[in-house]
Amino acid sequence: MGLKVLAAMSGGVDSATAAARAVDAGHEVTGVHLALSSNPQSYRTGARGCCTLEDARDARRAADVIGIPFYVWDLAERFKQDVVDDFVAEYAAGRTPNPCLRCNEKIKFEAVLDRALALGFDAVCTGHYARIDEADGTLRRAVDDGKDQSYVLAVLTRDQIAHAIFPLGDTPKAKVRAEAAQRGLLVADKPDSHDVCFIADGDTRGFLAGKLGSAPGEIVDVDGTVLGSHEGAFGFTIGQRKGLRLDRPAPDGNPRYVLSIEPVSNTVTVGPADALGVREITAIRPVWTGCEPPPAPIACAVQLRAHGEVHPCTVWQDDATVEIRLDAPARGVAAGQAAVLYDGDAVLGSATISATG
Amino acid sequence: MSTCPVIYLDHAATTPMLPESIAAMTEELAQFGNPSSLHNAGRRARRVVEESREQIAEVFGARASEVIFTSGGTEADNLAVKGMFWARRAGDPRRTRVLTTAVEHHAVLDSVHWLADAEGATPQWLPVDDCGLVHADSLRAALAAGPDGADSAALVSIMWANNEVGAVHPVAALAAVAHELGVPFHTDAVQAAAQLPVDFAASGVDAMTVTAHKLGGPVGVGALILGRAVAPVPVLHGGGQERDVRSGTLDAPAIRAFAVAAVTSARRRAAEAVRVAALRDDLIRQVLRAVPDAVLNGPPPGPGRLPGNAHFSFPGCEGDALLLLLDARGIACSTGSACTAGVAEPSHVLLAMGADEARARGSLRFSLGHTTTQADVDALGGCIGEAVTRARRAAGSAAR
Repeated sequence: MGLKVLAAMSGGVDSATAAARAVDAGHEVTGVHLALSSNPQSYRTGARGCCTLEDARDARRAADVIGIPFYVWDLAERFKQDVVDDFVAEYAAGRTPNPCLRCNEKIKFEAVLDRALALGFDAVCTGHYARIDEADGTLRRAVDDGKDQSYVLAVLTRDQIAHAIFPLGDTPKAKVRAEAAQRGLLVADKPDSHDVCFIADGDTRGFLAGKLGSAPGEIVDVDGTVLGSHEGAFGFTIGQRKGLRLDRPAPDGNPRYVLSIEPVSNTVTVGPADALGVREITAIRPVWTGCEPPPAPIACAVQLRAHGEVHPCTVWQDDATVEIRLDAPARGVAAGQAAVLYDGDAVLGSATISATG
Repeated sequence: MSTCPVIYLDHAATTPMLPESIAAMTEELAQFGNPSSLHNAGRRARRVVEESREQIAEVFGARASEVIFTSGGTEADNLAVKGMFWARRAGDPRRTRVLTTAVEHHAVLDSVHWLADAEGATPQWLPVDDCGLVHADSLRAALAAGPDGADSAALVSIMWANNEVGAVHPVAALAAVAHELGVPFHTDAVQAAAQLPVDFAASGVDAMTVTAHKLGGPVGVGALILGRAVAPVPVLHGGGQERDVRSGTLDAPAIRAFAVAAVTSARRRAAEAVRVAALRDDLIRQVLRAVPDAVLNGPPPGPGRLPGNAHFSFPGCEGDALLLLLDARGIACSTGSACTAGVAEPSHVLLAMGADEARARGSLRFSLGHTTTQADVDALGGCIGEAVTRARRAAGSAAR
């Protein structure tokens, strides 16, 4: 007996193919396009942006081809509160948020899932590349390493995962495109989405300046020597090298990187690459889905940003925080990003990086 | 493919074509000829168009020469509102006021907004009462109130019957007020023409919009019925086929099907109105029994309300959630609102009637028509209660 499944359809090839596979699996599927912008653009430009009227139309056409009912749900208000405003506030606090992760946590698997369950659906299906272990409900990496999205899903609780269906986790992207074409889905050749969907021109710093205004401040080296100025500390990310616009080269001639962002004094500190190395990470708001919270150190691996490398580490939970000790230093570890813990391809849990040392 | 709804309660959006109309259109599609051509094939097509024009004129109490065929209601509304505004202002530059209501269909509403933005028109929105009705006194006061009094008024446009809540406006009385003060009067009679006796001459209006697909004809053809003294500036320029007011090759098959639908529906209208109103009254009873706190929007059932219209607000529900749940049961209805990428906006009609946004978002329109049966009404009555319960739970899950 199939489930009553709500398929979130962005208008892209992945979610369309996922919905079609859910139908093939015997589920009773209803398609929903989430309107996340209250003022949508008419047309998509390149790989950026989503939720244009064109995307909504593409999703509707895919639903027609698959033969499922289709609706548009207006989640613009929730998206603004939970994702966009949060994104801006995190940058303003000197952290580097991941809005895709936040959207999964708060929109797709909270606002949409809650509404779906209340309306009588059993699960929400998306085109994410990740697998859910049938035996124990563990979230696992997709077989396509390049497309794996378990990082941005690791924030989900066990209960959220129990109501999620990810039909694409076992398939490489190239095969998904071929399958979409074979199914007659016109979105088969549509480019992949990249970057932050609500910043259509890709200019994150310009977007933040528009929201937060200009806040000139100083760029200093580790000794406190002023090296230059900036228009707002919120425009920087730990480990950033480009766009510092410093007047003078470093004495040793080596490139300099953002080491820290101090929002209260509005100061950006830069320094050499070797000062970027981090071994100790403290993270908050832990979610454990692949194991119990470890009271004593356990050996596993941690991923510190989307599509980032995986670092062997030791992890334990200390009250409400997670302490992570990396076997070897990692660079460019930014507060606000998620630390996702893996045992092989299984997600153990995740937490938000709050401090590094 | 998902199957079409079994229980169709959205006749105000469009109603199934009458078999007579389908037969006429199909027969005519196999013919050919441009009605403007001078040769035999053209003359044959022209004869079809002109016979149809005469039949449509008779149904709506107009002369054949007063029927201007258009592509439908939206085009006819645009032609009337913009064209009459332009012509009147050309006659006297002081005439810049357009008097209308906030409950009009978007074809009128957005034409007036466009005139305001692009042509310097001054819209004046006449108030409606909590049933959605506009009163002749408010029109008289508004006409007199402007600079230069009624001399600054370009036109009045007030719909005959409202598409969402079914309110039937006192069009003849309103037109009489406008005429007393020398101002032309347009009415969008798209909904009324399908269900009420609509007589152009007796109503006294100068221009009246009708469309085929609300009364059992095809989508894509309608008419502006236009008094012979009224000469709006054209919106579409070209061959001048329709009295030089509207250009475009006439669609003989659609026009013939329109005429057949108009004649057929007019012949059945009196009996249908009684039958449909009885079903509608039972629908209201069943819905209010299942959902005692539902609110019937619009005028009470009777002559002030379209016989096929029922419109409710369901407190604590979102209309689009209810629509989804009913759709899954094969019941088709409408949130009765404009769509942007399919996203429901709160109904401008309910907002104009004084409803707050939550009530406007939590409403559904059920519109009955020539295919509606008691079984349809019973099916809705049988599942509206559970659907409302679920939709309330979903709305509760969203409230934080």
